[in-house]
Amino acid sequence: MSLSSLYTELILEHSRNCENKRNLECATCTKRGYNPSCGDDITIELMMEEGKVIDAAFSGDGCAISQASTSMMIDLIKGRTSEEVQKLVQIFLGMIKKEIEKEEDLDLLEEAIAFQNISNMPARVKCAVLAWHTLIQAIEELNPQS
Amino acid sequence: MLDIETIRSEFPALGQNVNGKPLVYLDNAATTQMPVGVLEAVRNYKERFNGNPHRGSHYLSVKATMLLEEARTKVAKFINSPSTKEVVFTKNATEALNLVAYSYGLSSIQSGDEIVICISEHHSNLVPWQRVAGLKGATLRYLYLTEEYEIDLERAKQIINEKTAVLAIAVMSNALGTIYPIEKIVDYAHNQGAVVVIDGAQSVPHLKTDVQKLNADFFVFSGHKLFAPMGIGVLYGKESFLKDMPPFLMGGEMVEYVTEQETSFNELPHKFEAGTPNVEGAVGLGAAIDYLSEIGWEKITEHEKSLTKYALEKLSEVQYLKIIGSKNLEKRGPVISFTLEGCHPHDISTIVDMDGIALRAGHHCAQPLMNYLQLPSTSRVSFSLYNTKEEIDILVESLSKVRGWLGYES
Ligand SMILES: Cc1ncc(COP(=O)(O)O)c(C=O)c1O
Ligand SMILES: [Zn+2]
Repeated sequence: MSLSSLYTELILEHSRNCENKRNLECATCTKRGYNPSCGDDITIELMMEEGKVIDAAFSGDGCAISQASTSMMIDLIKGRTSEEVQKLVQIFLGMIKKEIEKEEDLDLLEEAIAFQNISNMPARVKCAVLAWHTLIQAIEELNPQS
Repeated sequence: MLDIETIRSEFPALGQNVNGKPLVYLDNAATTQMPVGVLEAVRNYKERFNGNPHRGSHYLSVKATMLLEEARTKVAKFINSPSTKEVVFTKNATEALNLVAYSYGLSSIQSGDEIVICISEHHSNLVPWQRVAGLKGATLRYLYLTEEYEIDLERAKQIINEKTAVLAIAVMSNALGTIYPIEKIVDYAHNQGAVVVIDGAQSVPHLKTDVQKLNADFFVFSGHKLFAPMGIGVLYGKESFLKDMPPFLMGGEMVEYVTEQETSFNELPHKFEAGTPNVEGAVGLGAAIDYLSEIGWEKITEHEKSLTKYALEKLSEVQYLKIIGSKNLEKRGPVISFTLEGCHPHDISTIVDMDGIALRAGHHCAQPLMNYLQLPSTSRVSFSLYNTKEEIDILVESLSKVRGWLGYES
């Protein structure tokens, strides 16, 4: 994998996105994710209402990959139900492991499809998946039964 | 002067290409590469003398025992230990520190005592003491740094006091490269009645070690940062401490008589070496020590100093780069941490990796230090005797492109 296919304009733009990097005033759920190997440290905040993500944001510090992946994820999940969110996370994690075959499924990830080939850079996989794992934990804590 | 061409040719790993570029290995503080002398010694042992030491009277077992003890003798001489009884083989520095913390610490530290470490300690010289403090009701206290990343000696004199049971400190910080005035601090701690544990993991590859001159009560290091294989480390301890300390791990090798209900323990150092030891590791460490001795400290220090000086100069010229550590060559070793404005160290290491450069990114197993310095992480380059100024030029060239890759105009 070349650097130009890793640090694309889209990824760099998201890595500096300030719109998604803020604090939510009335978050209903906060979850911190930490990547001890490189120190990526993000906190995801969700505002859920009737099982839907009304607003989402993140704070923290990390590499361009972790920051971009988090920002794209936040764009993707706003307005979705927690079931939809869980499905998207599964598709994203599946994509990273090269387990998703159907194009239509990948298309659901919108911009986050940018990380499709991150597995060619094993040292950076953890950075790309951190936010998604953190999100799943947050959602599971909200709906402990499911 | 070091004959750098010859030296490099003795390290097979250095000859390879990484991502299509010649490897520039600048992560020596994490682990060093091995010279052929070490690789051959390990192979020779495995091919010809592999046996379980101390456990049999057949030829191979006797040979393995001899080689293990020969390695111990080399280590003792290398660190100027008064005797081989005081040299315990461990898995690595971490295990050696745990041994001291659990065996000495748990049996000697009392509630109300204080344990003092430096804020820049590696987690391996921090977490075990945190645990001992927690279990015994002792307090863990820290020595802090000045603006120049040196230990604040005036403050240190208040922190190390008659309550200090143990002072545990590294000679050289793996995150900052600072070499601390360890003899002064040890003296001071001893005057207060403290026992001193010294982490030599980073200093041993770069500075001549003399445990008697240091007056260390305990001293630890890892073989793999010293051109030896992974999985072999050393604990030096004064006999006066080791002899009364309870064993750390129980099992074979470390016992004398075992009955159904009771056991008496083997003599030093075997009391602390339970189970089949890493003989090939010890043999490799012995060979690494031979290799270093042949070159001699004078040449090694001179070369590494000139690399450090050159790197500090060149790195200072890189725009947006900030060195995190002392700029005083007399107070630092060949380990340099830095930040590059707007660039996360993890991205930096990915980008320079494409130019074949191995450097380290992260908190360097020193999270309390990073918090103290209010840095989430840094990048780190660390040199060894086989690095060259040309490699530093390649590094600087590659670093000057990093901001461009990350979308900055300059
Ligand atoms: C100062 C210091 N102490 C201890 C250690 C631990 O060494 P090991 O992981 O070999 O046990 C290291 C390794 O990075 C170190 O730099
Ligand atoms: Zn990262």
